[in-house]
Amino acid sequence: MDDLTILDAVERYIAGDMLPDERVYFESLRKSNPEIDQAVVEHTFFLQQMARYENTRQFKAVLDETHIHLAERGEIESPRLKGRAKVVYLFNRYKRTAAIAASIAGILMLSISAVVWSFSPKSHSPNEVVNLRRDISNITQQVDKIGQKTNRLEQQVNDVAAQSSGIAPVYTSGGTGFLIDTKGYIVTNSHVVENARYIAVQKSNGQDLKAKLVFTDEKRDLAILKIIDTAFKSPASIPYAIKRSSANVAEPIFSLGYPRNDIVYGEGYLAAKTGYNGDTLSCQISITANPGNSGSPILNRNGEVIGILKGKQSLVEDAVFAVRSNYIYDALAQLQKSDTAYQNIKLPTNSSLKGADRTQQVKKISDYVYMVKVN
Amino acid sequence: MKAEQHQIALLQGLARNDRKAIETIYKENFNLIQALVVNNNGSTEDAKDIFQEAMIVLYQKVQSGSFELNCQLKTFVYSVCRRLWLKRLMQQSKYSLHENTEDFVLVDEEMEEHEKRDNEFTVMEKAMGSLGEPCKSLLEAFYLQKKNMQEIAGTFGYTNAENAKTQKYKCLMRLKKLFFTQYKNVTP
Repeated sequence: MDDLTILDAVERYIAGDMLPDERVYFESLRKSNPEIDQAVVEHTFFLQQMARYENTRQFKAVLDETHIHLAERGEIESPRLKGRAKVVYLFNRYKRTAAIAASIAGILMLSISAVVWSFSPKSHSPNEVVNLRRDISNITQQVDKIGQKTNRLEQQVNDVAAQSSGIAPVYTSGGTGFLIDTKGYIVTNSHVVENARYIAVQKSNGQDLKAKLVFTDEKRDLAILKIIDTAFKSPASIPYAIKRSSANVAEPIFSLGYPRNDIVYGEGYLAAKTGYNGDTLSCQISITANPGNSGSPILNRNGEVIGILKGKQSLVEDAVFAVRSNYIYDALAQLQKSDTAYQNIKLPTNSSLKGADRTQQVKKISDYVYMVKVN
Repeated sequence: MKAEQHQIALLQGLARNDRKAIETIYKENFNLIQALVVNNNGSTEDAKDIFQEAMIVLYQKVQSGSFELNCQLKTFVYSVCRRLWLKRLMQQSKYSLHENTEDFVLVDEEMEEHEKRDNEFTVMEKAMGSLGEPCKSLLEAFYLQKKNMQEIAGTFGYTNAENAKTQKYKCLMRLKKLFFTQYKNVTP
């Protein structure tokens, strides 16, 4: 008898699938042959191990889901230390690391700036990078040729607009944005909202909300909007975090955006820590991006936002650029300095999506990603 | 008396995998554990890990059927978390614990059992991980999702059930080998 036959017999014996005669025969075999007996004992143990493994694994998944769920509804304390306690805690925890990192950073900075200064190209041709703002009217025109469908699309845009306000502006271009504070602050690219008269954001369920521009920084290509619509219900918390430190090259990333009327998911990796022509404000990622993806959040696997998609190089396949997430902190600091009304904006620093599987993460995040529509 | 009944209902729910019960236990205990861990050199992420590990200890106990709780559920969870966190701190050689509450019970037996189970889980996880595809999916489909050979032959593209079965046994033998070599290393 070869191993496969024995294993098959043992398995059927344990499962009780043997005919009575066969069973009697097998049991006598088991008594006379210690190897067979050993195989039965071992396999029983192994099957039990497998069942336990699966059981525990499923339970862990349930626990993770429960955690996200409760944190979202605010039923367990959202993890945030305050004031002095936090400073002392962080200091104790990181003082050694910080000291080492600071000295390394110092040396690195000097050497890098020397290298950059000597190698940096002196001329730029800015047209090589296209912004990924979506031209809604353009799309309608293209569809026009196909015939009937235009009316529907235009109607849709008109309808949606008509619902949101009495004046019914027709939105002509758009991009993507995402919530950075529960009070309705949204971050997107400044080129998405430039020359805007009316701005509206559309939720993943199709609801339109009026918004206004509160801050824009063209150099970094960042803008902050505030939803001013009374229909806006502020959520208890934001599931993702905005990452302050920079991400690593080759780190897997994903994004959610509105290149069309439905939210679209994309996957890729961080390709380089700098952007077009060594631009240090942004980073290069490899992901599929289309007009309308401007302003999409770029997240890592822990559900931390590491950047905001802003454009792609026109002649190169898959070279997409994103503004680094730490500039959101800078932008907010500038905004708060110029106007005290925005003191209470607080960026989310803790992701509750760690460890959850991707479909769960996307499901949670898509409620916080909006289509930005501009007239 | 009422609190006791509530507790028994929760534990029975947990044993049945009832989501509501799991959520309630989570809600009622998590903040206390988070405070314990965060006040003792831990991060909120650590707190989540430790708490979920304790939930697994509790889950396995109620599933074994022989579990009798002779203290409050909160005390039990706290005691387990306390031990787990102490162990983690010891590994990082930062042993010290500042507590507000002295309310805990001895859980040595549970810890021993848990350590064993946890080891077994890691070994199986590793074995499954190094098994590779399509073996992993094939075994999962048969042993964990309990699909029959006919279905499996269909989804994995084998010409017939007999073929799929042979493949399954080959995979199973590899997995067993991976598992037992590791298993003998971790358990003396």
